[in-house]
Order: sequence, then structure tokens, then C-alpha cells
Amino acid sequence: MATTTTEQLGGYGQSVKRKEDPRFLRGKGTYIDDIKLPGMLYMDIVRSPFAHAKITNITTQPALDIPGVLAVITGKDLDAAGLAWMPTLMSDRQMVLPVDTVMYQMQEVAAVIADSRYAAADGAAAVEVDYEPLEVVVDPFKALQDDAPILRPDREIKSNRIFHWEAGDSAATDKAFAEADVVVEQDMYIPRIHVASIETCGCIAQVDEVSGKLTVWMTTQAPHAIRTVFSLVSGIPETKIRVISPDIGGGFGGKVPVYPGYVIAVVAALTTGKPVKWIEDRSENLQADSFARDYHMKARLAATQDGTIKALDVVTIADHGAFDAAANPSKFPAGLFSIATGSYDLETAHVEVDGVYTNKPPGGVAYRCSFRVTEAVHMIERMVDILADEIGADAAELRFKNFIQPDQFPYKSPTGWEYDSGNYPAALQKALDQIGYQDLLREQQEKRERGELMGIGISTFTEIVGAGPSNTFDILGIKMFDSAEIRIHPTGSAIVRIGVQTQGQGHETTFAQIVADELGLPVDNIIVEHGDTDTAPYGLGTYASRSTPTAGAATAMAARKIRAKAKELAAHLLEVSADDLEWVDHKFQVKGSPGSSKSMAEIAFAAYTNHPQGMEAGLEAVSYYDPPNLTFPFGAYICVVDIDRGTGMVKIRRFLAIDDCGTVINPMIVEGQIHGGLAMGMAPALLEEISYDEHGNIRGGTFMDYLLPTAMETPAWETGRTVTPSPHHPFGAKGVGESATVGAPPAIVNAVVDALSHLGVRHIDIPITPWKVYKILEEHGAAE
Amino acid sequence: MQTLPVTVTVNGDEHTAEVEPRLLLVHFIRENLGLTGTHIGCDTTSCGACAILYDGKPIKSCTMFAVQANGHDLQTVEGLANGPTLHPIQDGFFQEHGLQCGFCTPGMMMVASALLEQNPAPTDLEIREAISGNLCRCTGYVNIVRSIQHAASAMRAEESVAAD
Amino acid sequence: MIPGQFSYHAPATLPQAIALLGEHGYDAKILSGGQSLIPLMRFRLAQPAHLVDINRIDGLAYVREEDGALRIGALAREADLDAEPLVHERYPLLADAIAVIADPLVRNLATVCGNVAHADPANDHPAVMLAYRAEVVAEGPSGRRVIPIDDFFVDTFVTALEPNEVLVELRIPAPKPGSGGAYQKLERKVGDYAIAGVAAQIVVGADGLISEAGVALTNVGPMPIRASEAEESLTGRHPNEKTFADAARLASDAADPVTDLRGPADYKRAVTRTLTARALQRAAERALS
Repeated sequence: MATTTTEQLGGYGQSVKRKEDPRFLRGKGTYIDDIKLPGMLYMDIVRSPFAHAKITNITTQPALDIPGVLAVITGKDLDAAGLAWMPTLMSDRQMVLPVDTVMYQMQEVAAVIADSRYAAADGAAAVEVDYEPLEVVVDPFKALQDDAPILRPDREIKSNRIFHWEAGDSAATDKAFAEADVVVEQDMYIPRIHVASIETCGCIAQVDEVSGKLTVWMTTQAPHAIRTVFSLVSGIPETKIRVISPDIGGGFGGKVPVYPGYVIAVVAALTTGKPVKWIEDRSENLQADSFARDYHMKARLAATQDGTIKALDVVTIADHGAFDAAANPSKFPAGLFSIATGSYDLETAHVEVDGVYTNKPPGGVAYRCSFRVTEAVHMIERMVDILADEIGADAAELRFKNFIQPDQFPYKSPTGWEYDSGNYPAALQKALDQIGYQDLLREQQEKRERGELMGIGISTFTEIVGAGPSNTFDILGIKMFDSAEIRIHPTGSAIVRIGVQTQGQGHETTFAQIVADELGLPVDNIIVEHGDTDTAPYGLGTYASRSTPTAGAATAMAARKIRAKAKELAAHLLEVSADDLEWVDHKFQVKGSPGSSKSMAEIAFAAYTNHPQGMEAGLEAVSYYDPPNLTFPFGAYICVVDIDRGTGMVKIRRFLAIDDCGTVINPMIVEGQIHGGLAMGMAPALLEEISYDEHGNIRGGTFMDYLLPTAMETPAWETGRTVTPSPHHPFGAKGVGESATVGAPPAIVNAVVDALSHLGVRHIDIPITPWKVYKILEEHGAAE
Repeated sequence: MQTLPVTVTVNGDEHTAEVEPRLLLVHFIRENLGLTGTHIGCDTTSCGACAILYDGKPIKSCTMFAVQANGHDLQTVEGLANGPTLHPIQDGFFQEHGLQCGFCTPGMMMVASALLEQNPAPTDLEIREAISGNLCRCTGYVNIVRSIQHAASAMRAEESVAAD
Repeated sequence: MIPGQFSYHAPATLPQAIALLGEHGYDAKILSGGQSLIPLMRFRLAQPAHLVDINRIDGLAYVREEDGALRIGALAREADLDAEPLVHERYPLLADAIAVIADPLVRNLATVCGNVAHADPANDHPAVMLAYRAEVVAEGPSGRRVIPIDDFFVDTFVTALEPNEVLVELRIPAPKPGSGGAYQKLERKVGDYAIAGVAAQIVVGADGLISEAGVALTNVGPMPIRASEAEESLTGRHPNEKTFADAARLASDAADPVTDLRGPADYKRAVTRTLTARALQRAAERALS
């Protein structure tokens, strides 16, 4: 039998070319808007121009008069069916369509169903809605004042405070600050941003007229959870609901929530008996879908004069908009923000977060990081630089001094996390060496003497991903395990079905590689399916860099179950005891007798043709994996910027990312994830922001003003890696998708602040626009 | 409602349809012709997901009415490959991991193919300028630049073999 | 976003187009490159009842130097000009501007004349044409007339064109010996409208002094702005840093920006100064090379 080379096998560590690419390269992907069903109707949505207003009247007749328009659905219609509100993932509730009050600009007010996309748009333009404006609250601090109007009178608690949450040791932290030599303090704001995947959201809802089964094709990152929620809300059994997540044109967390449009489309399909398609416009996507960040932080760091950091204290106001529709695990209303002590060995810490309602769309969902890790990392990485500035230390040296050391793992953090593994000094040293830190410092000195502005910024972040262990992590009560199901066919090929869903991460390739490596079957012989609740095992979906830590682990565990049975089969075939076999070079061989072995293909054939009497035929397994802990990827990033003194424009000259995500399944794909994450770290640092005026009018609601970086703004990313496997993951992997988005922004801000530090600058809020920089230059007489 | 006949050549095949004047070319391509490889990512002529070649030049098909294209030659991503053989641009994206979610990819490849027709040996900066009307949210662009360079090398090698 | 309904006309000749415009008056819009108009229609911010598509009229897609002027026909695309060596060699200010308008795909359809006729103060060519002291050729039912660029822009999005006139040609005076020009645009990102933009065109005489100067500003006021005092300050002086700094201050004074998502008004005024100095510097380098 021909042996399989490492490359043909395509196991761990191989840059296998992606199995999903051929269809995309030929324009044959199937994204939501590519699906067309016979008799399909189209839905368009009427939206509110006001941020807070009573709806006094809706006149639908002008829309119904348009040829092709079949129906207009309003909140009153939904209310009659008990569907005007829906539950959010955070146990709040959210309007599907308002019965009498709109809560934010661009909120859905009515839906028009028509026989074409164009007629639906004409209908939406023709619906007349009368509003009576109400007082608008856009500032979360004002929302907490006693005289603020109660935005959510439907709730029992008459307050705009959604939650108050704390972690760490308040008393010990107060004491540490009281005794500290040095205390630095900084207010920081991380503005609202939006993931803006290039494909917007949409769905097609179809009800089978014979069986009554509801099928919903939708742009979702978590089809199973959606099915369960639909079932709970509607009372339809889960066997009669099928959610299919087709090819997804980017998710980044923006496709986790259930948006009103999905629900209205389902209602429209149920009432018209026809399939109904709803596809968002980009403006709707940017202006009405859930947002990320919007965190107002007040941070303090206590340290000794020589730069040993003792304690951290952070007080945060989180603007969650009109409905708490974030996607955090139930017990973590502020996500995993308590990772705030980062890569540093602090004695104690205390963090608190208050979630607040305002007249804005729901906030607190992801931007390639859903659980508030980006906010925490930004804060701590900025604070370390501010401390370095305060005591005159080098930013790299101060980090080395305070790192959790490699021999301290597993490390219990002051806020209660147990970091699985890490080697922070090695990553930073590698980054410093690779970028030539000393040379850059010299160059900066020379430039400064000539009046030129150059900055070097470091970020040494720790991520926390892979939610999560069932004792602490659930969403609406559903534990955050994930799953895989593997079936080996008689001739040695395999199908793998997983509970997570790719949106570009390459699951169809990497999950096949896991099986290839664990079972010794060539990656080309393995296909991966996902995203269809009728066929895939139950899973919580892809977000928060959880696929590899959870479903990846489940895949390995399922493969190992198969391997255990395969060992019995091999023993039968080789006529030895299973105890005499060992798994070597991806096959079972008799100990001490390398010539006597069985490959998985041979074993698979036997599982259907020659299994021992009494053994079940077939070779398949399912695993539901409950991770014992989260994984803690980390990295050391260095950014070099130049600043134009005549305009304040910042240019990223170099950006180096050294990442450690444990065992790497596919280096090519990991590098791609890092590149993309870096671009989504740079974007909010320099360009992207959604803001509101005092009337609640959105600013930056189209791609004209919401500034996704092009290839011209984006630098040629440099990467590298260290490998510190996770000790508790079946093959040592950690998540990676979000790392760069979490780690990059503070490196960029630290570089810009470093370029201006000789002027006394300590902090600039993101996005760092050229006018913010120019104002600083002007104030210090440093402008050209 | 006014309708008008439109005849266009798409990937070498002629198509005729009767359309509303306001029908956007991208909807004509996707809905009337069923060529769904051309995507829609925005409403402000910003993203380039809808990029096609119009008489050989890349344009944004969301910012043209189908009636304007009457009598013109269009190329979409579906016309890139020669049967089972990928176009060097497609192979470049495959080899260099130039795509992740794949949504911007058809537009990127159409722009890249026009660039390499005009400039067989572009610098990285020239590539970045050429794709500056196309947004990608997944790749951070580095691998797209590499993919186009990969294709450029392959096409130059093909040219030199053909010349020998 | 789906545009509203309209009637579509594709005249084969200019007289036919002009007749259609005459018939429908303010209900009609001319469709040339469409790269500004169609996005407005998709948002239903523009809802013309009639579109007069001039793309099928022969003989309007030219760019050539003739009778002492660069003549740009109504259907000459930005990319057509960019591909024309003459433009790069003799009209570098124009070439600079073309390279920073929107993005390469948009430039394959967008026309230079349309960019001017749209009279959006954020567009780049209006300032370029002001700096060049170009002329606009309009054709209406009674024939052609030539409009000096200083008379062309009437208000935001409003020009001296009658509803039944077509902007058929732009004329940029051919450069005299010692001419040089440059366009400087600051943008939030590639493809964006300018935070501020400055077009500068100068002539340096045989005596080494600036004999003529054109300086105009993009997107720092409700209309494209000619920085007249800056121009006057340049004339008769040596093209050096001091001269340019003085002119830059005056250009900055001429700016009348508002605070918006492209920055605070005072920032825009400040960068107008920076960009003016840089544009003049570059123009002088080109004039003297």
C-alpha cells in the first residue's frame, strides 16, 4: 500500500490550500442573496427618522396602491399575534416592530411585502408615518441622572441602568492605591463601531405548505441557537424549524444577534404562504444593526517608584443602546472584561461596569471580539505606557518587569481567571529583535532632533477565548459546549459535521486537517459540513474565537473515539491483542514489529466488511466537548508611525505581530486570520467611528463616512509566531481569529502617543483623526 | 411603466431582456441573467463587490443602469476560468490565500485581471492603487497583493513560453 | 437602495439631447458618467422624472490640444485623460487631481465635465479649472456659448448652465513657457472627498519672478473658491518658501469651511495653508524643471 506523505495527509501544521476556495473563485458560492425560490416575495423595511418618538399614525394605503405590493406589516399587526417583542440573548426583550414608540433612529417601523425588490422599495417609500418626537437621551452619563426620562417603561425596574457588575477585590485594591508610590489615572472612550462585513444581513423564510415546516436561510453565525430561540418564542417544535446558514460573507460577530428583519420575514412567510426574502441595504446594516464597544472607562494603576505594578482599578459606563441585545454569556453582562489585568502579574484589581440604556440601536455586540476583551486590553496596554511615561521607563522594559513569568502558569489572575499557558517575555523579545527596536529608538532620537515625528508603540496582550466551560458559560441557559460528528465511509473517506459555522475562517479545511491528523486519512478524502440544523450536531456557533477551542476539540475527541474502535478492529485484522498495538505514523502497528500494521483505510473497510462477531458495524462517532477552561492566546505587537506635521496625518510605516495561539493547524490560514484581524484593529484606531448628535441622528452611517480601510491605508503586515500549546486542549490549540483585532489598537495608539510624548501627550482617544493630532501639534507649537 | 430592450454580451454570450430603465446593471446581471458571482456590498459606490469588466475596463455595476449597457461587452467572474482551468488570477488567489469569506473576491479578481492586462509587472503599490476601490474586510489585503503578484508572475511565464 | 422610476432617453445627437432637455426642463437630468447622479438616485435624494443619457452621442469623448487650449469633451472619462501622455506632460495639475478622484473603477466612468457640471464644492475639478482659468463651453438650442470659469459656479450644486444646455467642452489654456501646477488633496482615506484640496498653477517668467498665478480651493466652502488675494500676493515675487508661506496664509483666510465629519472648521483652514504651500512648492518645481 502506498504511503501517504505528510503533505498528502495534510495534518497539523500543514498549509493545506482551502477546500472552500474553488466555489468562491468561480463565483459559485451560495450567499443568502444568491438563493432564489419559486414564487419568492421580497421585503423592504420602513425605518424611523427619529431617535425617540411616539408613532401617532401609520398610513399604509399609498404603499398598498403600488402595483406588486401585497402587504404592509406594522407593530400593531405583530402585537395581535403576540410577536411585537422578542427576547434578546441577554434576557432583555427587544421590539420586533414598535406598537407605539420608536427608540432609535433607523429602527424598523413597518415592513412592506411585494412581488419584487423594486416594488417593495417603492412601497417602503410610500408608507406614511406620523411621529411625535420625545426627549432623546444619547449620553449614557445623562441617562443615569435622576431627571433623565425612563427609556424603557416596559421594564419592571424604572431605571436606565441595565446592570451593575463587578469583579476582583475592591478593599484590597483601595488599600493598594492608598499605599502606592505612584498612581496614574486616565479616562478613555472607545467609540461605537460596526463590523460591516462586506455582505450585509438577510434571510429567506419559507413554510412548506404540506408539512408546515419552516425553513429559514439566514446570515447567522449560530444556527442552532437561533432555531431553539425561534422554537421557544413561537411554540413550533424544533423538528419543524430548519435554520440554514449558507455561505456567509463575513460575520465578525455582527451576525450573531437576531435582528427584527429576520423575525418579520418569518411572520410574512407564515401569513402569505410564500417564501419571503429580506436583504439589508448597507445603510440599514450600518445604522440599525447591533454595534460594538461604546465603553467609557476611568482607569487607575498603582505602582512602586521602580515600576512594579501593584493594582488596577477600572470604572466603566457601557452604552448598550435601547435594548440589551449583546451576545455575552448569561453570567457575564460585561463579557470577559475582567481579563483587564492582561499579561501582568498584579497583586490585586477591581473592575466595575454599569450597562446603560440610551436612544441608540442595541450595542455591546462584537467587532471581531464580542466579550469586551478589546476594551480591557486597550485600557491596560495604554495604562502601562502611561505609567512608563510617568516614571520615565522604557515601555518594553516596564513590560518585561511586570510580565507573568513562564513558570507561573497556570496563573490565577486577581480577577479569578486561570491562564492556561504563556511565555510573554519570549514573544516580546522576539518582536523587539525582529523589528530592530534599538535601531528604531536611535532613528526616533535623530528625527526628534530634526523636528520630525516618529513613534514606536508596543502592545503585549493576553486574549481569553474558547467559551466555555459549562459550569460558568451559557447563553440563555444553553451551555457553551460544541460538537462534531465523524463518519468514516468503507473506502476510507470521511464526512465531518460540526456545530460551528464558517464565515471565512476556513473550517472546511482546518477541521478536515484535524481528522486527517488524528485518523491518518488524507485531507482530500475528508469533507466538512456545517450550518444546517437538520444535519449538523448541536452547537453554539462561531464567534469569540471559539471554534477551534471548542468544536475543534470536539472533532479531535470524536476522532479519538473512532481511533479507539479502530484499534479493536486492527487487533482483529492483525490477530493480536489491542494492547499489543501502538499508533505510529498515523497507523496501528504491532509493537516492535513495524512491518505489521493497518492503515485507517484498511480498518475502515473492515468496519463494514470484516468486523468481529459481536462488534457493531461502522466507524463513526459524535463528541460534545465541554472545555475544562478557556484558552489564553497572546502576542507582542510593535507599530512604527510617522506623523505629518502639516496635517496631523498618521502613517503606519511598519507593523509587526508576533502571535502565539498554541498548536497551529494551518499556518497559512492562521497568518490570514492575523492579517485580517490587524486590519480590523487598525480601522477603529485610525478611521472608524459611529457617533450621534444630540438629537440622536447617526453620523457615519454609510460607507461614505464609515471609513473601512482600503489597501492604500493598510500597511504590509509583518508577522511571526511563538508556540506555547494549551495544556488542556486536546491538541494544544487556542483560538486566534480575534487576537490581532484585540492587540493592534493599543500598539497604534501607543506609537502615536510616543511620537508626541516629548510634547507632554499621554493619551489620545480613538479614532486618532488627523485633526486630533494637529490640534495637539498646534497647541505645542509643533505644527508645520 | 416604461420598459426597454437591452442586449449585452456577457462572457461571450449575447443576452436580451426587456427591463425597467431604473434597473441597476448589477441586478440585471444577478437576477435576470442568474450570474450571482457579482455581489452587492454597499449603496454608495464604495465597496467594489459588484465590479465587472465593461468593454474590458473595471466598473462598479451598481452605479450604472442596465439600459446604459445596451450593446456593450461585459465580463463577470463566471467568465474568468477556461472550463476546468482556472484563470491565473483565480489560481493566484487560491495559492496565496487571497480570500477568506469570498464575498469581495470576484470584484477583486476582475479588477486584478484588468490591471494585469494593462500592466503585466505591477509594483505592490500599483496593485494597492488598482484595488483601492474594492473593500475587503477579511484579509488585511496583504495576501490579495501576493495573489495578484503570483498571477502576474504566472502570466509573464506563460507569455515568455508562448514567445519562445 | 433602489432608485425611483424615471423615463429614459438616449438621444443620438446633441440637438436631440438639447430638445429633450428643453421639453422636460427641470424634470430632466443629464446622465453622463453617472457616478454622482446614480448614488443620489439610489438614495432617492435625486428623483428626476427623465434621464437624458448622452453616452450614445458620438464625438464627445475627446481630449486634445487645439487652438491654444486643452479641450476636454463631455464624455471624456477621468481614466481617458489619465491614459493621455499629453495630460501628464503639459497639465500636471490636472493629472494630479485625476489620480485622487474617487477610485480607479469610478474613474473609468466618471467624466471630467460631469465633475465640473455637478458643481459639488467637494469635487476636485472645479478648483482645478479655477486655477487654470479654464472656460466652459455650453451648447443650447441657439448654439454654443463660452462661459469663463469664474462665472460658471453660481451656488452649491448650481451653475450658469440653463436647464436646456449641455456642458460640451472644457478648455484649459495651453501652458506658457515656465508654467507649473500641482494639486494637493488631504483625504480621510483613499476615495473620499477632500478634507481640503488646493489647486495651484503658476507661470515663472524669464526674470525668475512669478508672472501669473492661479490658486483655488476644494471643499472648504459652499462653492469652489478662488483664493484671489493669494494669487495677487504671488505675482511679481520669487517662487520661494517665504512667498509661498504668505500666499498660503491668504489662501487659508479665503477658506470658508464648516465643521463636519471631515474635521473642525479651524483644522480645515489650517490644512488649507499647509496644502497651499505644498501645492505651490510642487508647482514651482515643475515650472522650473
